[in-house]
Amino acid sequence: MDTELIPTLRAGDVDVVWPLLHGASGEDGSLQALLELLGVTFVGTGSRAARVAWNKAVAKAVMMREGISTPEYVTLPQSLFREVGAEQVLDAIVARFSLPLVVKPVRGGSALGVSIVRDRADLARAMVHCFAYGDVALIERHVEGIELAVSVLGTGDDARVLPAVEVAVEGAYDYDARYNAGRVEYFAPARLTAEQAEVVSAAALTVHRTMDLRDLSRVDLILDGDGAAQVLDINIAPGMTETSLLPQAAEAAGLDLGSAYSALVADAHGRGIVD
Amino acid sequence: MAGPPCACQTCAMSDGTPTPREGTRLDPWYGSYAQRAHQMRASEIRALFAVASRPEVVSLAGGMPFIGGLPLEELGEMSRRIIVEHGEVALQYGSGQGDVTLREKILEVMALEGIVAHPDDVVVTTGSQQALDLVTTIFIDPGDVIVAEAPSYVGALGVFRAHEADVVHVPMDAHGLIPEALEQTLARLTAEGRRVKFLYTVPNFHNPGGVTLSLERRPQVLEICERYGVLVLEDNPYGLLGFDTEPLPSLRSMSPEGVIYLGSFSKTFAPGYRVGWAVAPHAVREKLVLASEAAILSPSNASQMAIATYLEHFDWQGQIKKFQVQYRERRDAMISALGEHIPEASWNVPDGGFYVWVRLPDGLDAKSMLPRAITARVAYVSGSAFYIDGSGTDHLRLSYCFPTPERIREGVRRLATVVDAELETVRIFGTSGAAAATPSTSPRPTSTDRYDLREDRTSCTYSFWPAGCHTSATCRFAVAGGSRRRSRDASTRFLCLMWTRS
Repeated sequence: MDTELIPTLRAGDVDVVWPLLHGASGEDGSLQALLELLGVTFVGTGSRAARVAWNKAVAKAVMMREGISTPEYVTLPQSLFREVGAEQVLDAIVARFSLPLVVKPVRGGSALGVSIVRDRADLARAMVHCFAYGDVALIERHVEGIELAVSVLGTGDDARVLPAVEVAVEGAYDYDARYNAGRVEYFAPARLTAEQAEVVSAAALTVHRTMDLRDLSRVDLILDGDGAAQVLDINIAPGMTETSLLPQAAEAAGLDLGSAYSALVADAHGRGIVD
Repeated sequence: MAGPPCACQTCAMSDGTPTPREGTRLDPWYGSYAQRAHQMRASEIRALFAVASRPEVVSLAGGMPFIGGLPLEELGEMSRRIIVEHGEVALQYGSGQGDVTLREKILEVMALEGIVAHPDDVVVTTGSQQALDLVTTIFIDPGDVIVAEAPSYVGALGVFRAHEADVVHVPMDAHGLIPEALEQTLARLTAEGRRVKFLYTVPNFHNPGGVTLSLERRPQVLEICERYGVLVLEDNPYGLLGFDTEPLPSLRSMSPEGVIYLGSFSKTFAPGYRVGWAVAPHAVREKLVLASEAAILSPSNASQMAIATYLEHFDWQGQIKKFQVQYRERRDAMISALGEHIPEASWNVPDGGFYVWVRLPDGLDAKSMLPRAITARVAYVSGSAFYIDGSGTDHLRLSYCFPTPERIREGVRRLATVVDAELETVRIFGTSGAAAATPSTSPRPTSTDRYDLREDRTSCTYSFWPAGCHTSATCRFAVAGGSRRRSRDASTRFLCLMWTRS
């Protein structure tokens, strides 16, 4: 985004904008708020819901309130570690949640700043790494299980969940794994029983509707050993590259991507501006 | 690509269990790549640099020359005439060895650094980077050893890595590569039965170290390499860009049969033409031509004609002098800003070239700190890029060649806020983020380990260490100039190198 954005939107006789921008301005509700301000119709989640989804701590709090399973967590700013004493806080975190832990910036994506900590001695380094990406860290219990991405198309009662995509990777599903075609083995649809598939589909659809997401979303979750879907992250602007998960899910569902995307644009156009 | 629709697949088995099957890797050729391709990893750093190219970011990262300082209108007219008047040659294939007119002109350039050669000795390449690749192609089998300075040019390390070479670093000090360390390394490798194919060195205004191999050491390095039967690959893109000094004689001028010399117009003129060259002993040169023809058939005729015309009709030496003045002004701006804003770091003061090599305050990790820098809208290159094993994160490289002095000052000011914030985080947690950022279980040597000055303590000069560095044998610390924003313990403040490190 730059200073040409508003003149371009105003001069372009634009019917519908489809924001595909990743990162803070594209996913945190800023771009969506601007489009709403300008009265430009767009595909995707509105600014307020985007703000909630972008902040992992807020999103998890909303999900817990709504009865959606998500790993236990704590959100802490760097300043608290300074004021209280880092080691004591870290000890308390380990005592409460046990190892392994996942440390991640409260805002962000693409696994940037994320560490999986299996050894207490590595926890401080993980915190420093995380705080290089932002002032607030989210530390959550690491959940073992099947890693899944479940995409949803549509809005409200018309929303349709796509087959879950299973992500199988040796080592961490880190930045390289996400963008290096070939390192990850995907199963679309996932290798699930019908019952398991129903559990994860229901979880994603509940998130999509409860969080007031529009048009398209991707919910990343773990199917844990007890058969529960633990929601890790919500994406209002799912990746659309060749290694991205939503296009795989759509293909697994037998959807023609062009037709599906056209339908989303038509829905947005028909909906118009919604505050 | 994917399996059939979900319902069918999931319910395929009568007992309701899923069907075991193959997944997809989205890359049908994943199993076909050469082993070296699997070593190529997408990194967080790469993602950050996509942001670093945005205009609001002050990039002190790239080694881009100040092209705005060139007479662009005259060069435009030159290019027009080349195409209009000589288009049938300029746009045609050319000689694999390169245009002879340009090769003759290159002799004039090299004469400034004492090289006497014949046009037949010169092989024109697509930038000296291609020459690096060609030399590595004809000499290196997987596992062969290349000795290189510590730190070393990241582009060379990339080529060596791609050819699966085993790179062994040798430390430098204020006077460049340390001959005693080179000798020890070659002796050790020989004793281990390992074959060293060549020494890769950037002797002038080193990238990233900024140091220059002293005149006294040049014959020493050559003698050691000759004794151990090791070829020298002399990479010299910056030799004519000294600020206050005359060019030193090249290694090639001292040992024509023991040195392959690489030259480039990318720093002294313009990298966009992608023209460099190699000068090699006769037999080597023949193989370089064959390898180049196999790789690219011939270098660009249009680019070669542009360079040759520039050298013939423009005051290219005057242009280099202008660059020297401009780059010196920018270096001064950077050194001054570092002293003002980040006095707790230490750095060299280069006499030429493009780079300042900065040692961060204790405990900071340049690679781990980079996301914070990008957020603060300033970019640098982590020292880890210049070590084959990814160590060196206690240093970072700053380039002063491209930004204006005002932007340099602003960039360093932003960097200071980054350093302060990272220092606070490190103090809170008592560690850097290094291990988390780089998932490695092996010990992480620091680049400080690479610089052992015990053999050189009495000859430490002002050129490498911060202004005010003492030269006496009793000096323990280099002391940075400029204002100091905070009082710190003298034993850790301005640590340049612990000369008595055991």
